[in-house]
Amino acid sequence: MKMRIYQAALLLAIFGAWYVLTETEILAPFFFGKPLLVLEKTWEWFASGKIYSHLGITLIETVLAFAVGTILGLLVGLWLALSPTASALLDPYIKAANSMPRVILAPIFAVWFGLGIWSKVALGVTLVFFIVFFNVYQGVKEVSPVVLANARMLGATSRDLLRTVYLPSATSWVFSSLHTAVGMAFVGAVVGEYLGSAAGVGYLILQAEAVFDINTVFAGILVLTAFALVLDGIVSFAEKRLLVWRPAAGETEPL
Amino acid sequence: MSSNAALALENISVTFAARSADTAAYTAVRDTTLVVESGEFVSVVGPTGCGKSTLLNIAAGLLTPSAGRVTVFGTPLEGLNRKAGYLFQADALMPWMSALDNVAVGLIYRGTRREEAHERAREWLARVGLAAHGHRYPHQLSGGMKKRVALAQTLIMDPQILLMDEPFSALDVQTRQLMENELLDLWSADRKSVVFITHDLEEAISLSDRVVVLSAGPGTHPIGEYPIDLPRPRDVAEIRLTPRFVELHREIWHRMKDEVMKGYVQSQKVP
Ligand SMILES: Nc1ncnc2c1ncn2[C@@H]1O[C@H](COP(=O)(O)OP(=O)(O)O)[C@@H](O)[C@H]1O
Ligand SMILES: [Mg+2]
Repeated sequence: MKMRIYQAALLLAIFGAWYVLTETEILAPFFFGKPLLVLEKTWEWFASGKIYSHLGITLIETVLAFAVGTILGLLVGLWLALSPTASALLDPYIKAANSMPRVILAPIFAVWFGLGIWSKVALGVTLVFFIVFFNVYQGVKEVSPVVLANARMLGATSRDLLRTVYLPSATSWVFSSLHTAVGMAFVGAVVGEYLGSAAGVGYLILQAEAVFDINTVFAGILVLTAFALVLDGIVSFAEKRLLVWRPAAGETEPL
Repeated sequence: MSSNAALALENISVTFAARSADTAAYTAVRDTTLVVESGEFVSVVGPTGCGKSTLLNIAAGLLTPSAGRVTVFGTPLEGLNRKAGYLFQADALMPWMSALDNVAVGLIYRGTRREEAHERAREWLARVGLAAHGHRYPHQLSGGMKKRVALAQTLIMDPQILLMDEPFSALDVQTRQLMENELLDLWSADRKSVVFITHDLEEAISLSDRVVVLSAGPGTHPIGEYPIDLPRPRDVAEIRLTPRFVELHREIWHRMKDEVMKGYVQSQKVP
């Protein structure tokens, strides 16, 4: 709790320093904006309701990219981890696809899927997929052989093993990757918008930048950051609810 | 070979393939025969690393022997041994399931309805003294409690053969004697055939009808079999003080100690 107060104080200090430095023109306001104008712009967006449709678009893109990427990553991860032939065959392609900087696919997706939300979703999916995929793969490979042998001795069929051993084990690994994954879905959406779109917060930033309206750019960044924090919080909440079985460090309760 | 034997390992050899070019293949078990009669409690003792777990994995069907034959109630074993329950040496509970779900899971695999499986799992948890802990996850249980859950998880399936791999070796002495007595109580209720692996001779004598002593590795094989004619029911702590126990212990230990020394020297060698 005390930490929260310090954290808030630090935030205020940063805004204070920003304010002082730009008011005294030590930092040029043309390039660095002015915090009060940034806040005013943000306020105006929400007060006029102009931001909601853009935020909604970005949200839909992020959630779709996140959901599709996670489900694909989970399925392909399970499949490859449980099928040695398939994983041996596809191994070099997966490595190649993963090491490629996928942002360069954005123009191609724009051509394939148009300037609407689907090109952004596609970009987000390529980013999310690999994170989840590698974690699921790892999760399945790291299942304790003893737990596995035990389940088999208790009469588990391969479907039972998938349901009661591989999937739960992979889930815990997936969750540790979801924080990164949700961030990546968001990056995919915003970068996609920034590279060509007619709506979304990335589009607002792009427009403002075109007319050197630095305060609006910062306002966009502010909104995006807050938004990312909310998404991350939702993942943490789900993680806490679903992974109760995982030991937390020093789990004691004061009397 | 008596045909009514619950479990018969005949002339079993196990050679593990070399992992790389510069290591040799390792023969852990050589030409071992072990027969367990129906309702018999057999302990297998031997120095650490001699191949006890390997032998048990063969009996469970988790491992195929390089040579030899396994029969279960007269039928040759193919694949997993469906008549056997296995209590592993290491933690084998599913960490993502509560104690209750862990105990119930075997019945659910078998197709029992969920409510009924949970009902019976609750009974079994009560039987191993954990009625109040069903909602806990394995990481919230002590070592002894985890072993109890594992015991309930195996026994709820009512296997005809029980394979136990040093189940209590990680427990402190008091908990261990408690668990040994509980095991004997549970066992005397329906006399399953038991193969109990241990490196502790006192534990072996106090629990069993028969003790089989294995040689040190490599190429482990039985070097002695001792019927234990101590009266039942037994209390594992008290029986250790009787003259007959001391006598048996002296006799078996005399045979074992050379092997323990060999096993020790073997384990000191740089491979
Ligand atoms: N999968 C394996 N591959 C190679 N060597 C193994 C394997 N499993 C066990 N061994 C070796 O076989 C010997 C017997 O192992 P184990 O049966 O676990 O001994 P114990 O249970 O008696 O302590 C050991 O020397 C061990 O290193
Ligand atoms: Mg062992």
